[in-house]
Amino acid sequence: MKQLKGQSGQERVGVYVCHCGSNIAGVVDVQQVAEWAAERLERRGVVIARDYRFMCSSLGQELIEKDIKELGLTRIVVAACSPHLHEQTFRIACQRAGLNPYLCELVSIREQNSWVHEDKNAATEKAKAIVSGGVERVLWHEPLEPLHVPIHPATLVVGGGIAGIQAALEIADAGFPVYLVEREPSIGGHMAQFDKTFPTLDCAACILTPRMVSVGTHPHITMLTWSEVTDVQGYVGNFTVTVRKKARYIKTDLCTGCGICQEKCPKKVLDEDFEAGLGYRKAIYTPFPQAVPKYPVIDGSNCTYFQKGTCRACEKFCPTGAIDFEQQDELLTLQVGNIILATGFDLLDARRIAQYGYGRLANVFTSLEFERLSNAAGPTDGNIVLRDGVTTPRTVGIIHCAGSRDRNFNNYCSAICCMQSLKFAHLVKERTGATVYNFYIDIRTPAKAYDEFYQRVLEEGTIFVRGRVAEVTDAARLPGEENRLIIQVEDTLAGLQRRIPVDMVILSVSLQPRWDAKEVAKRFGISCSSDGWIIEKHPKLDPIATMTEGVFAVGCAQGPKDIPSSVAQGAAAAARVLARIQQQEIALEPVRASVEESRCSGCRICNNLCPFNAILFHEDRMVSEINAALCQGCGTCVAACPAGAISGTVFSNEQILSQIEGLLLLNQSEPTQAEMVTA
Amino acid sequence: MDELFEPVVIGFTCNWCSYRAADLAGTARIKYPPNIRLIRLMCSGRLDPTFVLKALAGGADGVLISGCHPGECHYLEQNYKVLRRFLLLRRVLTQLGIEPQRVKLVWASAAEGVRLAQEITIMVEEIRALGPLNWPAADTSIRTESPVVSSESLEIKEGIA
Ligand SMILES: Cc1cc2nc3c(=O)[nH]c(=O)nc-3n(C[C@H](O)[C@H](O)[C@H](O)COP(=O)(O)OP(=O)(O)OC[C@H]3O[C@@H](n4cnc5c(N)ncnc54)[C@H](O)[C@@H]3O)c2cc1C
Ligand code: SF4
Ligand code: SF4
Ligand code: FES
Repeated sequence: MKQLKGQSGQERVGVYVCHCGSNIAGVVDVQQVAEWAAERLERRGVVIARDYRFMCSSLGQELIEKDIKELGLTRIVVAACSPHLHEQTFRIACQRAGLNPYLCELVSIREQNSWVHEDKNAATEKAKAIVSGGVERVLWHEPLEPLHVPIHPATLVVGGGIAGIQAALEIADAGFPVYLVEREPSIGGHMAQFDKTFPTLDCAACILTPRMVSVGTHPHITMLTWSEVTDVQGYVGNFTVTVRKKARYIKTDLCTGCGICQEKCPKKVLDEDFEAGLGYRKAIYTPFPQAVPKYPVIDGSNCTYFQKGTCRACEKFCPTGAIDFEQQDELLTLQVGNIILATGFDLLDARRIAQYGYGRLANVFTSLEFERLSNAAGPTDGNIVLRDGVTTPRTVGIIHCAGSRDRNFNNYCSAICCMQSLKFAHLVKERTGATVYNFYIDIRTPAKAYDEFYQRVLEEGTIFVRGRVAEVTDAARLPGEENRLIIQVEDTLAGLQRRIPVDMVILSVSLQPRWDAKEVAKRFGISCSSDGWIIEKHPKLDPIATMTEGVFAVGCAQGPKDIPSSVAQGAAAAARVLARIQQQEIALEPVRASVEESRCSGCRICNNLCPFNAILFHEDRMVSEINAALCQGCGTCVAACPAGAISGTVFSNEQILSQIEGLLLLNQSEPTQAEMVTA
Repeated sequence: MDELFEPVVIGFTCNWCSYRAADLAGTARIKYPPNIRLIRLMCSGRLDPTFVLKALAGGADGVLISGCHPGECHYLEQNYKVLRRFLLLRRVLTQLGIEPQRVKLVWASAAEGVRLAQEITIMVEEIRALGPLNWPAADTSIRTESPVVSSESLEIKEGIA
């Protein structure tokens, strides 16, 4: 039998109720809660209860430290915000004062009380119950040590857009191995498709290609393009990742990237990916001339040989004999310590915005199509022309927020479309001298040098019309509208309906999560918001980590953002990973289950419950044992063991049952009974 | 006229999804009735049916169990295990003469603060309509070591695990 808890002055509990400015104190009578705890929970071991404006401030923490030392406190309960925010803060404060950090309990009276309730009396009563639950629970806490897990020095980066490239280079430059997995034939992501980048109008290829080349030649980077992660096992420090390397049908050790095969291949394919449907590629192709790696791939679904059994033109002409039609997909197994997801975004399918006519009206273009049109290396050599391929538009309408800030499509702001639309306005004016209209709801240019760019485009004479475009149509009603596209819009500044005839419409289409984002998130054990963007650990203080230790999300996979922010996030995640690699280990919560052999009946009920196969059965002794290195501490086996032989640290039966009692204020009455706390 | 009956509901949430949904409801200042008091578990799979019986026997009028959506459990599939326990527990409660609606299982992802708040609101109203549980055994002397319901809970566990 364990010692009686909270009896005869054994445990000395301190209770600290935080005001959080007015965040808590505005709804909960914090002083009353503290006084109540001091008085009514005294018999449960509470020797001091205080309320304080900001417990997480250094003064608040010092208060706890001082009390631990002067009053000899052995347990601490802080009633404040969610443990996901400040549990560590208060644990560390305890540690500084010489108390084992796991003897501290943070209970939430903000997120789960003052912020969600309006009735002040009820919220105050609830806060008392929550404090009481915390006190009962903390009495059963045990001093623990964090678990130390070794960190494998290799890192997996998924997605070779600018965010993933940055992360990979930072880590590799520090001398540690990186696997960069990219599912397309080349790295580069969306940025490789652009001509110019706002706000400085640097040529995208000029700033991106050198980085791509660095990745391709880096001694510490293993680039796996045309590949996808199919399975992830294990935990932070030691993940086992399975990668499917799709057959390229090219012997990469022989291929020199000369491109003769692409010239000779007779099969032309509409390029829906890199050229956004505006240009053609061959069945054997590299998506663009500067692709990294330089080796082509054969797209089996379009290759004449794979489809019809004859051709092999590429094989005949390849000067080094690098074509290999027999190649098979390969499955690779990688060991890595950390994972960085940089899978980027997709564009909303513009056809869905029926009123803008994309797909029906030839001269309505998407933003990505325009990027290819304006790109000197694109299908029109950078000539901005109508769908007929020759006519230069005289009037162009650019529609911001196409599918963004729209409850029919995506509620959120895509963050980059205003700047991208301004960039388009500038490029159209510069290259064609056309009259340009930009249709916007609000202009959002918050970053460095962005508003200056807006001013510049204004000065160049672009016409800005404030209002959400109602319709793009080719049904002419007025003279001058024949054979043109008419933009119907309410000009909310002028206060009138307008019909503006143009030759070309560009839709700044909403960014949205990758079509398979949810599936990918599941594979890596993380979650997506209801919109589908990866959820970060903390929206402000930890935007690059996820809830799953060792898995990070950077760039547009986490939410719409521009190139500078994507790069910053890639670098930030790399710094975090490097710190861990250099520490060689990470400290984890010691939440683990263990079997008390003498109580185990050998029923084996628990054996099949563990998803990590952490429970092994000793046939000789007929007892189960839990491998602490494999156990992740979910507690399922603890709940299932009929003999009560399994206990789980931090969430023991005693801790939870006592918390229930506390929450129900069962510790308040019948003092003689309440003292019979045994286990 | 009688005062409105204010039920007490104990809620069990998992650390990864539903507790974070509750945090999110807070951050977004979504309102729900103060009748619920939450307990955080690492995973809904940690839920021992004894916890539910303990709460009901100790004066709670209802118990909410919440975890990640099927397929999204941080520990892969442990929420399926709580689903099995939950279904059996409801049967046992019915046999004990307790309205099964008093115990509810709700999946809530970390993004579903609104949904969790709505479910709590609905549940509190449903239990308000049912009235107090007044478990005959409701007695403040039920302590950790002496679950009045131990024999039942044993059967439950053997039946499901
Ligand atoms: C039309 C347009 C113009 C823009 N112009 C500018 C500009 O001028 N300036 C600016 O700052 N920003 C601009 N942006 C924003 C810019 O595109 C993004 O900030 C940037 O591309 C984000 O980079 P990323 O690496 O996060 O994503 P991406 O560029 O989308 O790269 C993601 C990569 O991951 C790969 N991938 C995806 N899923 C998987 C998977 N499951 N496994 C393996 N690999 C995967 C993809 O193939 C891709 O290579 C523009 C955006 C658009 C749409
Ligand atoms: S469930 Fe409990 S008694 Fe049965 S084998 Fe596992 S530890 Fe032993
Ligand atoms: S607590 Fe969970 S992870 Fe650990 S042994 Fe039990 S079932 Fe497995
Ligand atoms: S972690 Fe949420 S149900 Fe398992």
